[in-house]
Amino acid sequence: MIVRTAAPLDVVRVRRDFPIFERTVRGKRLVYLDNANSTQKPRAVLEAERSFYERGYANIHRGVYLLSQEATEAYDRARARVAGFIGAKNPAEVVFVRGTTEGINLVASSWGRSHLAAGDEVVVSEMEHHSGIVPWQLACAAAGARLRVIPVTDAGELDLDAASAMITPKTKFVSLIHVSNAMGTINPVREVVDLAKRHGIPVLLDGAQAISHGPIDVEALGCDFYVFSGHKLFAPTGIGVLWGRAALLDAMPPYQGGGNMIHTVTFEKTTYAPLPFKFEAGTVNIAGALGLHAAIDYVEGLSWDAIAAHERTLLARALDRLAAIPGLTLQGKPAHRAPVISLTVEGIHPHDIGTVLDAEGIAVRAGHHCAQPLMARFGVPATVRASLSFYNTLEDVDALGTGIERSIEVFRG
Amino acid sequence: MSDLRDLYQEVILDHSKRPRNFRKPETVTGEAHGRNPLCGDTLTVFVDVKDGTIKDIAWEGHGCAISTASASMMTESLKGKTLAEGNNLFEWFHRLLTAPPDLGAPAGPLGKLAVFSGVREFPVRVKCATLAWHTLRAALDRDARPVSTE
Repeated sequence: MIVRTAAPLDVVRVRRDFPIFERTVRGKRLVYLDNANSTQKPRAVLEAERSFYERGYANIHRGVYLLSQEATEAYDRARARVAGFIGAKNPAEVVFVRGTTEGINLVASSWGRSHLAAGDEVVVSEMEHHSGIVPWQLACAAAGARLRVIPVTDAGELDLDAASAMITPKTKFVSLIHVSNAMGTINPVREVVDLAKRHGIPVLLDGAQAISHGPIDVEALGCDFYVFSGHKLFAPTGIGVLWGRAALLDAMPPYQGGGNMIHTVTFEKTTYAPLPFKFEAGTVNIAGALGLHAAIDYVEGLSWDAIAAHERTLLARALDRLAAIPGLTLQGKPAHRAPVISLTVEGIHPHDIGTVLDAEGIAVRAGHHCAQPLMARFGVPATVRASLSFYNTLEDVDALGTGIERSIEVFRG
Repeated sequence: MSDLRDLYQEVILDHSKRPRNFRKPETVTGEAHGRNPLCGDTLTVFVDVKDGTIKDIAWEGHGCAISTASASMMTESLKGKTLAEGNNLFEWFHRLLTAPPDLGAPAGPLGKLAVFSGVREFPVRVKCATLAWHTLRAALDRDARPVSTE
């Protein structure tokens, strides 16, 4: 048996890599617990963007001059780095997009338009983010297809028996969130992929939340598409990734037309560029891609084992601390979870808790987390969501507990 | 913490815990439904208007402390007022919430409603404080369309 013991994460040192932690918020130490929404940026990411703009900037693919050539090479290296990061064998299967939302829209629109017909079914889950629901509603409406929804149990987990019954020969596509943004549930995506593969159905996994908490291997997952946003992986906003199997991407029509995605254009007939360029119309977010490259280097430099161990410690402390607060309900208690916690407190609206926490310098999300169907399933209009990352400390978690107790004093007191 | 006490003043907390006029009146000449999709707050405002005077005004629904207190205090402030007085109060209330924080809070006819001046420090909460008032306006217009803050 091999026991892997990573050196523990040096959180004090890690926090020094993130300039944001040098500032205060409302006169208080910043306690940033909104990582499921977006993550803070390490200096290495900021420096990658900055040095590109200061010393290496030109558009890619078009110039015969050195700067453009360098920029193109850096962009290609970023793509190859992403491919390696998610276990993709072929960098041409990595399409840069704006983020998860655009990635899902691209597949729902392009694959849906070319493959869905009246009477077909697309299967999603009750815990999807709105970006995993609405694009498929649009695609289904256009084709006369039907959207079916795998229910969620009281624990906040996928009902796999229902999924098994729902995925039939009528199913043409399965689109599933890998880790729930609202409750942190880590879904048994391999099992769902296996259900789909019995019928040869393609599966898209929404990796927006999964991407920052552990290694992803698309081949091991067995999915056909995997999407994520850079900004949830400590990279800049406006850059994201759609990975898809070449055979599927090749058979899909372009999502957007324009420059860079063509082979030849005439008014009679236009032919398209090969993958991945067919899906990258117009000038892309070059600096964002370089920032994402730097973010991946940064995270892997810390080691996933060390990150996971630290996040497990934080999550366990948070769950213990919160469970001890009278009147507090944890919404969803999945057995396998990322460090994302949704909670409500009896008689106090989540927005009021969010405001009291804000006054203490604590940033959480209060609302429906773009998962209204899941909120409805749990019978709450909104929750307070605390989501942790590797730069959080036990002190941050304790501040959350104290802040919620303070809210209870204010509103019950 | 001073900002927080400015926002959640005692009067606001009191109204949020014990909302006034939380009922449906027997006579209703206008009603409207309002919601804030961002936080799930939802309320219905009922009015009984006769000869240009608000004879009765009440509400039902649920929301955060700010939206609940605002609905409650709005109904207290407007009962017995003329429609013109009600409109004037809405204008002043709106000004109170949107004036730059470094300016003194406009008082005008606001009376107790001036306790909402702390909301200015928390711009995302302005919609919470104005939801009831926008809904009232729809109820007076007998506008059947639901009000949304988004």
